[in-house]
Amino acid sequence: MKFKKTPESLVKDPGLDETIKNLTPERIVQVVNRVLTKENSARLQAYLDTCVHCGLCADACHTYVSRDKDPLFAPVSKVRQTLWELVRRKGNVDGEFIRNAARIAFTECGVCRRCSMYCPFGIDMAYLLLIVRRICSLLGVVPVYLQDTTNSHSVTSNQMWVQQDEWIDTLQWQEEEAQAELSTVRIPLEKEGADVMYSVIAPEPKILAQLLGNMAIIFKAAGEDWTMPATDGWDNSNMAMYSGDFEIMGRVERLHWETAARLKVKKIIMGECGHAFRGAVYDGPRWLSWQYPPIPMIHAIEYYYDLISSGRIKIKQKYQEHVTIQDPCNTVRGRGLGDKLRYIVDALCEKFTDVDPKQEHNYCCAAGGGVINCGPPWKRSRMLSNRVKAEQLGKTGADVIITPCHNCHSGIEDIIGFYNLGMHVKFINEILVECMEKPEESEG
Amino acid sequence: MYEFSRGPLVWIAFIVLIGGTIYRVAKIYRDSKKERVVHPYMSLSHGMRSIAHWLVPFGARNMRMRPVFTVMSFLFHICLLLTPIFLLGHVMLFEQSWGISWWTLPDGLANVMTILVVVAVTVFALRRLAHPVVRFVTKTSDWVLLVIVAAPFVTGLLAYYQVFDYRTVMILHMWSGALWLMVIPFTRIVHMIFFPLTRAYMGSEFGHVRSARDW
Repeated sequence: MKFKKTPESLVKDPGLDETIKNLTPERIVQVVNRVLTKENSARLQAYLDTCVHCGLCADACHTYVSRDKDPLFAPVSKVRQTLWELVRRKGNVDGEFIRNAARIAFTECGVCRRCSMYCPFGIDMAYLLLIVRRICSLLGVVPVYLQDTTNSHSVTSNQMWVQQDEWIDTLQWQEEEAQAELSTVRIPLEKEGADVMYSVIAPEPKILAQLLGNMAIIFKAAGEDWTMPATDGWDNSNMAMYSGDFEIMGRVERLHWETAARLKVKKIIMGECGHAFRGAVYDGPRWLSWQYPPIPMIHAIEYYYDLISSGRIKIKQKYQEHVTIQDPCNTVRGRGLGDKLRYIVDALCEKFTDVDPKQEHNYCCAAGGGVINCGPPWKRSRMLSNRVKAEQLGKTGADVIITPCHNCHSGIEDIIGFYNLGMHVKFINEILVECMEKPEESEG
Repeated sequence: MYEFSRGPLVWIAFIVLIGGTIYRVAKIYRDSKKERVVHPYMSLSHGMRSIAHWLVPFGARNMRMRPVFTVMSFLFHICLLLTPIFLLGHVMLFEQSWGISWWTLPDGLANVMTILVVVAVTVFALRRLAHPVVRFVTKTSDWVLLVIVAAPFVTGLLAYYQVFDYRTVMILHMWSGALWLMVIPFTRIVHMIFFPLTRAYMGSEFGHVRSARDW
């Protein structure tokens, strides 16, 4: 089978174009067979044998629907062009094949698992494309920007090369910022025995630091006994999970859990990020042979829900803008938090219009799963792959899109720009801090 | 030839079907133990919940999105499975050999159900040609499987209406039926055996582990 030429196959990415020059046929065969026979077994076999090539998964995929139903972009077509061929040829493929397989698996699928909800047999196509990514990663063929985040995890344990001094400085700076609003706010570092460790991902200290200050205010208002580590181990966003470098993925998650254990916290609250949650709760522990996480972890959605429903935080004035929701795959399809998310939005906002389809059936943001981390070379392709999202959001008529996920946030902002939707994206934390009753006011 | 088809061939077909099924299930069970992420997360109730949603017509969003295909698909599978088991002619053969019998379909209904299978296979074949995605992922083996599945029903109809030489058609019918039974465990028709397994696993992953729905 020859790959059909699409505009995307002409995109230049040194992570793919240069690295395939180092491949030898023997190495490809060796890696493919290792992954197909040593690392995977029953699920791969059952999925390959059970698929009846019916194409019922096609309409589930935002890439396929957005690209005028081009058959090359249906989930089963992506598997056909990559994994089926690798299995059939027992790994006897050339560098060009690996390049195209990497392009499909990394940039045209966000492993959001929506398609597995549309397959009558529940075939997990995201898992199949992660196998392709794993093969590409072991061969060193990974989009260069994505590989850079994995390298950063390897060196610093966070995804954006944040050094320890920068991390501490940023927290202290945000503590001061928050104190301008509420003078008693602290960001407690290294507090052993605190009830809660708060986990964030590297984009927060790096580019969205005010989210840290907001959270400090929310914790203060809720009277939470919390802490953050001053050492590495605070970030579990884990792009290595998506680049296919599971060894580094495991290291990042282990350090994160060990840091929480060192601080002797009772639980971890994960900030508004979806794939960090997935890495910490599912993929990381499984790679480390732990059935479940060693310390309970809840996502920010669950925490806000608890705060509002228990009355620990009261809403002073509702947010006035017309809002809608972007359901993140890893917390809604991956944790069933869609109802709690809606409870929060209803409690916080005056006017809320839901999306259609919603909850588990929501369309992917096309940024998660490492797709946005493939960087500028692939941005246009990513935009073309999610026209359906722009149409879905446009239909709500809302002005603000609330999404508790960093990938969704960035991806949706790009889509708003590309399709001129004239909307804004917000985290829950930004709206909550604006609308809630703050302690000093109630004291006064 | 007729005697062989009537006797040993049927035995061979059922031995291959049952033996093959046991082999496939045993192998997938053994291999799934090697994958540490399967057994610890299986949940009977969530697995059954998922199977139920996907066995009931329109129980899943994907089925509601394409009502014509859903009706077609359900009719096809129901007729495909029930007609051979409850066909008067088949039950009579069991009665002659072993003296056991069970409820049978009225002839007219069985006839309609057989025609439905053939029509559905034709529609599936046309869909393989017409739908760009399905055409893109169709392999030669998909066509072979459609022929294998349709053959016992087509020959059954020919025998019923006594088209061509009855004896020859009957032999073809028995051979194609035996072939159909024998390929079940070893081709993609294995989805018949694996459906509850893959579905239960996905139902457990979604429902038990992730508190979400997979339909």
